[in-house]
Amino acid sequence: MDLLATIVVDGLIYAGWLFIVSLGLTLVFGVLNILNIAHGSLYAIGAYASASLVGAYFAVGGDAFPYGSYAALILAAVLVAVVLGPLLERGLLRYFYGRDEVLNVLVTYAVFLILEDVMKLIWGVNPYFVYEPYTLLGDVEIGPLFYVGYDFAVIAAAIVVGLAVWLTLNRTQIGKVVLAVIHDAEMSQTMGVNVQRIYLGAFTAGAFLAALGGALTAPMISVTPGLGANVIIVAFAVVIIGGLGSVPGAAIGALMVGISRAASVHLLPEAELFIVYFVMAIVLMFRPEGLFAKTKARKI
Amino acid sequence: MKKTGIYGALSTIGLMAGLAGSATAQEDTFKIGIITFLSGQAAESFGVPALNGGKLLIDMMNKGDALPAPYNTKGFGGLNIEYVVVDEAGGATKQVQEFRNLVQREEVDAVLGYVSSGDCLAVPPVADELKAFTILYDCGTPRVFEDGKFEYVFRTAAHATMDNISLARYLKSRNFDVPSYAGLNQDYAFGQDSWADFTASMKQIYPDAEIKTALFPKFGAGQYGTEISALLREKPALVHSSNWGGDLQGFLIQATARGLDKRSQLVLSAGDHVIPQLQDKMPDGIFLGARGVNGLAAYARGGELKELTDTMWDAYEAEYGVFPVQAPFRMWQALFGLKTAVEKAMADNGGKKPSDEELVAAMKGLEWDAPSGHIEMALADGHQAIQPNAIGTTKWNADAGKMELVDVEYYAARCVNPPEGVLAADWIAQGFPGAECD
Amino acid sequence: MRYILFLYAAIAFVVLAAGSIILPDWAMFLFAMALAKGLVCLGIVAMMRGGVVSFGQGLYYCIGAYTATLAANLWGVSDIFALTLFSSVVCLIVGMIFGPMLATYRGIFFAMLTLALSMVLYGTLSKMSVIGGSDGLNIGSPTFLGWAPEGRDLQTALYIYVVAIVVITGTLMRIYFDSEQGLITLATRDNELRVEYLGASVRKVMAYNYTFAAVLGGLGGTIAVVALGHVDPEFAFWTTSGEFVFVAILAGYMSVPAVFVAAIILEVVRSFSNLYFPNTWQLSLGIFLLIVIVTLPNGLGSLLSRRKGGKT
Repeated sequence: MDLLATIVVDGLIYAGWLFIVSLGLTLVFGVLNILNIAHGSLYAIGAYASASLVGAYFAVGGDAFPYGSYAALILAAVLVAVVLGPLLERGLLRYFYGRDEVLNVLVTYAVFLILEDVMKLIWGVNPYFVYEPYTLLGDVEIGPLFYVGYDFAVIAAAIVVGLAVWLTLNRTQIGKVVLAVIHDAEMSQTMGVNVQRIYLGAFTAGAFLAALGGALTAPMISVTPGLGANVIIVAFAVVIIGGLGSVPGAAIGALMVGISRAASVHLLPEAELFIVYFVMAIVLMFRPEGLFAKTKARKI
Repeated sequence: MKKTGIYGALSTIGLMAGLAGSATAQEDTFKIGIITFLSGQAAESFGVPALNGGKLLIDMMNKGDALPAPYNTKGFGGLNIEYVVVDEAGGATKQVQEFRNLVQREEVDAVLGYVSSGDCLAVPPVADELKAFTILYDCGTPRVFEDGKFEYVFRTAAHATMDNISLARYLKSRNFDVPSYAGLNQDYAFGQDSWADFTASMKQIYPDAEIKTALFPKFGAGQYGTEISALLREKPALVHSSNWGGDLQGFLIQATARGLDKRSQLVLSAGDHVIPQLQDKMPDGIFLGARGVNGLAAYARGGELKELTDTMWDAYEAEYGVFPVQAPFRMWQALFGLKTAVEKAMADNGGKKPSDEELVAAMKGLEWDAPSGHIEMALADGHQAIQPNAIGTTKWNADAGKMELVDVEYYAARCVNPPEGVLAADWIAQGFPGAECD
Repeated sequence: MRYILFLYAAIAFVVLAAGSIILPDWAMFLFAMALAKGLVCLGIVAMMRGGVVSFGQGLYYCIGAYTATLAANLWGVSDIFALTLFSSVVCLIVGMIFGPMLATYRGIFFAMLTLALSMVLYGTLSKMSVIGGSDGLNIGSPTFLGWAPEGRDLQTALYIYVVAIVVITGTLMRIYFDSEQGLITLATRDNELRVEYLGASVRKVMAYNYTFAAVLGGLGGTIAVVALGHVDPEFAFWTTSGEFVFVAILAGYMSVPAVFVAAIILEVVRSFSNLYFPNTWQLSLGIFLLIVIVTLPNGLGSLLSRRKGGKT
């Protein structure tokens, strides 16, 4: 029983972080129809930015009120999004709308390569640390195990972010417009929707989520080069499982990956490497377009 | 389509005509091709510190007189040292191509490189094919000379087997009780081999210890929450890890936050290089190796190599503002070895710049001193080095604001390395026959 | 018209083979590797003609390479013809197993499933320390029907061998592309449903294309490992496959020779950016990618066919 609880808690912690990142990926795909490999780079830049910003916060006397470092974390993600989101979308991606999906994957792959080196030019190769926010929230004792309070804060953040995105899409005017664009961009444009702005907004929101994922992870890891490449494949798996462009799909996908991974580490460590692909293959076998994919009309 | 056949071929020919020009070798300089990680995970831990250390030492050598005897001659026997650098990231396929380019296009006099074991396995056959003198300076796998035999290839650092044998010996000499242990290692050859060496050594030294679990998180995983839960639940007396770089730092931060270091003794076979970054976040009381008498262990050793060690230590600290860890030490021992070999070859051939064959003859079975101790090319018919090793315990010195290594035990090279002709894995399994420990 | 194709194939062979005399050693090796990878990319192009792109062609590149290496190490086979034949048969079988399964998937799902397959192979091989784990295995120099060359002779023989394979498979693929099946593939690219209504089986066509691509991948992998002397699981890693896709996109789906030209260009660019920008080679490669995608959206091959009025 205690093992089961541990698996669920571990799985949730992993899923929380993964959901935030995957949500951004699925949002960008849903609206712009671009599977963004550079999402991994945005994640890494978010981690670097938050490490720098939190470091700066403590350097200017943040010790007096350490909880302010959480604001610095989020601010870092916002900064990354407002700088890089428009830069990438307006400066590059907009020239590729309507082009082949796979070609767009390559465009973002090129961006990924470029950003990898840009990060190195800005932050160097030395690791950055910001452990203060990680230990600030104390320990939580569950059964025989200790967890860090911060882990649960990340789960809470994931829930808040997920709800916010879902409510925005389904309960607000702007959300309705976004859904219209997802459904048919051309038609929306003729109805007077400024599609360009929606694209820009969606990409920036996606970039924010990637950067937020990175910023929230930064306190528990050492921020080093090569961070982005590891995230992107598992985030891909999550959105493929859930169905590209689906918010609940990203949530379910993240949960499935998180919990199956935790189960594998506890029960069958040898299988950990494959479990993600295994889950993905099973899902696609029965649902070739993922769990929550909307069926598209076929062109005759 | 038909036309493109010709165009394709023609443009191909045109392309290579433009590329055919290449550097010409010069008689008064010795050109080294240095290959190490400049990007990816290993850049921060190994590649860049090693390259920094290498640049520093090459400058000091070129200046002449900046080093204690016998290294106070200028360059390599008067030859000015030049170098080109290639990034090791990108896999063994790329490295084989780059190796050919370095030798045939850049016409380097020696290739010095490779942190990744995969690259160290892929490159030697090509080095022999091209008859190009090559030094492997860092990589760990014993397979290089156990699976193959190479004439032009030398490894100036001991292979990784000694890291884990030393750890097991250290536990015994500290009288540490090990009823059970577990492992968390990166899921690739180095992590798997390290765990295999460690469990085999433990079987000899602690035959009754029970293995609780062996975790192999993905390389570069970053988050170890689930693994740490599993380790906390199993409550092993000891947790072994050969993790390095960001993976080790992440693991330590998360493990200490959840009290794993209080519940189990952590032993790290290659962990010294994270100290400059982690500082006081590195828990006290960890048993720590540095894959040789490198970094803090070399600094604490003293003895007759103190002058050489301190010279390099101070120069590195002055230049880069941080103390040198294992990677620069291994680069230094390679460069000191290369210098010794070139000068020996020049003494034999009357002072000319040596050929690859002359370098090979000089390097075979060579012995020299480096900050990391006395290096002997004792294995694989004089192609594979053995070197002493050290394990210590971390202790934060709050007054000085520095991490120190206490209770350091030094192991002679022949105590933790197999003798000539014996496979490392067999040697451990047979209970270390012929080990010469003081 | 077929004899003209053979004539041009013969000319292409002579011109490429001339490289064995003119090229310096390092460039001959680079070209041999580029042509070997070009074979894999030709397989992707075959699928691309049907509108799907595999992001996991490293799977066959890797299977081909490991099959050859294991055959060489376990049974002592060193003859390059035997190795090539053996590993392409293995890839053919694997391709025939997965081909029909994957033939129903399209677009990004096909890309991701193929990617997942190759990543599973990558993971499995990394775990198998019996065959070297993530460090991989070495393979000795090949022999050519009993002849065991060394040094420059070996490089020349290998180079001529890969040129011959490239010309032969290139010609065969051209014939296939122009066949009924090949034209159905092209029609599928434009509109799958229409092709189905016309009574052709898109699934079957896709499965065939996939299987051919598998064999080409195996051929490329075999030649690459024999030239390199080393194989590791990295052959199946997604970045390897990504490069193949890049070459295919750079070449476009219209011309066969363009594939090999594209492969050579990528190798040359990479090799030089590696050496001259060791710290920013990814940046230079990325910028190069973008420039190519922006200036040549339909690939190198489109340059020529546009002039010929879009005829492929």
